[in-house]
Amino acid sequence: MSVGAFWALAVLAVAGGVAVFVVDSMARATFALLASLLAVGGTLLLVDLHYVGVLVILMMVMEMLVMAVFMIMYMMNPGGLMPMKMVHGDRAAKIIAAAVFVLLAAGAFLTPWPARRGPPPADPTRALGLAIMGPRMLVMMVVGVAILATMVATVVLATHRGRYDR
Amino acid sequence: MADAVGLLVALVVFGWAAAALDAGLGRVSGRAGGVGSAVGAPLREVARLVTQRGRRTLVPDLLLVRAGVVALPLAALLAAVVLPLGGAPVLDTSVGIVWFNAMEVCVWGALWLVGWGVNSVYPLVGGYRFLAQGLGYELPHMFALITVALGAGSLRFGDVVAAQRGVWFAVWMPVAFAVYLISALAMAFWGPMGQPVGRDVAGGVPAELSGADRLLFAAGRYALLVVVSAAAVPLFLGGGAGPLLPGWAWAALKTAAVLGVLVLVKQRVPAVRMDRFTVFAWVVLIPLTLVQTLVVGIVVLR
Amino acid sequence: MTLQTFLLLAAALFSIGLYGVLSQQSIVMLMMGLELMINGVIAAGGAFWHYVAPRTADGQVLVLVAVTVMALEMAMGFAVVTAIFRARDVDLTDEAGDLKG
Repeated sequence: MSVGAFWALAVLAVAGGVAVFVVDSMARATFALLASLLAVGGTLLLVDLHYVGVLVILMMVMEMLVMAVFMIMYMMNPGGLMPMKMVHGDRAAKIIAAAVFVLLAAGAFLTPWPARRGPPPADPTRALGLAIMGPRMLVMMVVGVAILATMVATVVLATHRGRYDR
Repeated sequence: MADAVGLLVALVVFGWAAAALDAGLGRVSGRAGGVGSAVGAPLREVARLVTQRGRRTLVPDLLLVRAGVVALPLAALLAAVVLPLGGAPVLDTSVGIVWFNAMEVCVWGALWLVGWGVNSVYPLVGGYRFLAQGLGYELPHMFALITVALGAGSLRFGDVVAAQRGVWFAVWMPVAFAVYLISALAMAFWGPMGQPVGRDVAGGVPAELSGADRLLFAAGRYALLVVVSAAAVPLFLGGGAGPLLPGWAWAALKTAAVLGVLVLVKQRVPAVRMDRFTVFAWVVLIPLTLVQTLVVGIVVLR
Repeated sequence: MTLQTFLLLAAALFSIGLYGVLSQQSIVMLMMGLELMINGVIAAGGAFWHYVAPRTADGQVLVLVAVTVMALEMAMGFAVVTAIFRARDVDLTDEAGDLKG
């Protein structure tokens, strides 16, 4: 059951990823990417990562919808009604990507991965919460500062008017 | 299985009731008509849409339109499966609140897909309006949900209900409850928050839909309205707790009460522009909900 | 469903994303490639947590960080595109080549 679900989701994730660079319409490309991201979120649900899996689904839907706005805004021909190819170094990129895939896949199968250390906790969500509020707190603090810095930087970059000029 | 069927039936019945009440109230302020005609109004609309001849715009992206039209009722249904309405929910997951939030966000996608896909200007305006509204309501809404989870010490809806045995969360988290009700209106793009389907843009997102597509869209919207009302019951109103009556009856009564309030608000409150609402949400609601979360956190820690 | 199959999925997503990053002219499409690469990282992080070290929450923390990085990358990317677009009406990497240096 879960093995079948995993393969279905994996195929969906990869197909969605390929579709991003194949379809002409920007709207379709965005939602193909969203399908890929949601499928990966689904695979996380299969390995007992309920909170993280649902979080990925929640975040990605919001993120892709915001992305769709900018995609449409900045792409010429967003509807894909007049197909055009906008790539450079296509052949080289394909070769490099294929080589990287072969390398990574070989690494995944040939590396002697360590055996599983200990059983999963009864409630992985609780373990995550305790980790980021305890031993891994530094990570969350850095992430928090990074988010704040990004908010300030993006507003400075993207807006050309001041606070009172509205 | 029986639970799932019961949930589906409840969604249909409550959606119908909301549509009938809305039609009846609209008639009071407009032309005359009896209770019978209000109850029959949803049925007539269904019959009209089922028999309506399909209409199509020039080069629509049908795949995206269909995906959006199906996603709307589907998101409402998937959000409903984690709600305990008296008994145990259909899907009793330990991250129910996050799941509910995630499914409700899928509505953004559904509306934008329909608005974009039909290749017509007013639906597109409606779709973008909903995204803007989403950016306004989502953060206060999330903080309200976080406050509830903090108060209960769990993301499971069942635990949230159990934590309200003494005092309802609506009583000691009034700000979170108020914010949830506002965001409930916004989530279901209903009443004052109904600008994505506003009259000033010729009906907005579903303007170009016809026949079965339009029926699914309308059904999805009413289902969503019912689900956001029903979610207020386990989140803030003590779930199925109450004297004399069984749990499911109390859950149904409380859901009906919230639903009735939302429908009344639609008839009585003027539209809110989403850009003004966004300023209000970020400048007023987010700080308020943060203070509410802080207060609840201190109470929980003590 | 083993660690290897999860990593295979992650490798496939990462490589597709890499292709996009290398080949796309539009900055926006390039960012979609980046998102796909991070998507692979998320899959790998979840798999490592479940199959190698489920006792500690490090794999989950990695996924959290990856999700955040994704959001920040997108926000920064669009802010930069907006700034470039406003300054010179350009959204292609090739036409912004003089920014290096």
